[in-house]
Amino acid sequence: MKPPPFRYVRPADLGEALVVLATHGDEAKVLAGGCSLVPMLNMRLARPEVLVDVNGLDGLAEVHAGDGTVTTGAMLRQSVLERSPQLRGALPLAAACAPHIGHFVTRNRGTVGGSLAHADARGELPLVLLTLGGSVLAQSQRGQRAIAAEDLFVYHFTSALEPDELLTEVRWPVAGPGWGYGFAEMAQRHGDYALAMAACALRRHDGAVAEVRLGLGAVADRPLLAADAAGALVGHDLDGPAGDVAVTEAARLAAAVARPFDDLHASVAYRRHLVGVLSERVIRQAWLAAGEGA
Amino acid sequence: MSGSGEPVGPPREIVVTVNGRRYHEAAPDRILLSDFLRHRLGLTGTHVGCEHGVCGSCTVHLDGAAARACLLLAVQADGAEVHTVESLASGDRMHPLQEAFREHFALQCGFCTPGILMATLDFLTHNPTPTRTEIAEMLSGQLCRCTGYAPIIDAIAAAAQAGAE
Repeated sequence: MKPPPFRYVRPADLGEALVVLATHGDEAKVLAGGCSLVPMLNMRLARPEVLVDVNGLDGLAEVHAGDGTVTTGAMLRQSVLERSPQLRGALPLAAACAPHIGHFVTRNRGTVGGSLAHADARGELPLVLLTLGGSVLAQSQRGQRAIAAEDLFVYHFTSALEPDELLTEVRWPVAGPGWGYGFAEMAQRHGDYALAMAACALRRHDGAVAEVRLGLGAVADRPLLAADAAGALVGHDLDGPAGDVAVTEAARLAAAVARPFDDLHASVAYRRHLVGVLSERVIRQAWLAAGEGA
Repeated sequence: MSGSGEPVGPPREIVVTVNGRRYHEAAPDRILLSDFLRHRLGLTGTHVGCEHGVCGSCTVHLDGAAARACLLLAVQADGAEVHTVESLASGDRMHPLQEAFREHFALQCGFCTPGILMATLDFLTHNPTPTRTEIAEMLSGQLCRCTGYAPIIDAIAAAAQAGAE
């Protein structure tokens, strides 16, 4: 349970970090909060030649509020996302998922960009960024590009980042007027990997659902958007009897789109059942929250 | 990723302040902070359990924030300030949180206690008046196999209340 040998590199600035990544390609691994990578080193599941520690780089944990978007540096700690009043106000869905990411102590080190780049299909932050329709900025010596959340998560533990690219910024769509959010997950113990989770962003207009996005996590090889389920909600007043029918139908469609796996902890059928229950819960939460803001 | 398995590079000179004392040490890149504290500095109060961030026994403070020492490389603590459980008592006088643990029988074998104390102290700075549920959620990251947690929650709640008064 000790890391295998590697060369530790602590670049002085972003430019140097990109040079190291360009030089070593997939023999290098970026060390952010270390909450996933260091366990993988300790268990010898990862054996990179070079570890590129980006904890010392300036400017990678800043928060900028723009037009309809909040940009956070990739090295923003999860505990800041959880506790900052500014971020809680602008990004209520991200703040709502934050207490579920690992544990109190690990959130002090764990970073937003690290979670997204790690692309764990059971990660809370990938699900939230996907549900919000956000994106990340990837920089390399070749230049920079924005990657939409929909394109970022390729497979369990596999992102669309190239080996020479560093995820430097996360762009989060901000809560606008009429929007409400919901987040729920089921895990065996608080802080464990979720058996299933769901997130919802919903805009109410004239007493009905105007726009909605429903995301599902931990029930496929990557976070999923349940577009058909969301479609079943549009135009409905979720408080009326017709609303109940729409929510039930959305939950059914969400469960149908999930592709959960079977393991020691839960069966496929149980996980699929959870998707329906959690979807209904987050849709209701988001509808209520959207009503409070309206 | 295929590491060559060859030793890579000489140890690195680091300067780290632990419990107020500055140490200049040579640390190989791959030594974990938990092992560095125990084997190089002889500070064996920081316990090593799972070595993958799950059990919380090795929790220390890095620049004021609780962190798993088994998920940090010693070289990452270069220039940083680390506090371990050894920093809590002054002489024979226990820290009020330690006193509360003694008072409430919040330990049996004591293996998890240093990590729980360090995690709790950071937790209480952010949430000085936690509910029992909030304490239990924080403790989800700290494994105790003896007590069943109830006396630990009692001790933390009592310490929080005493601190708030």
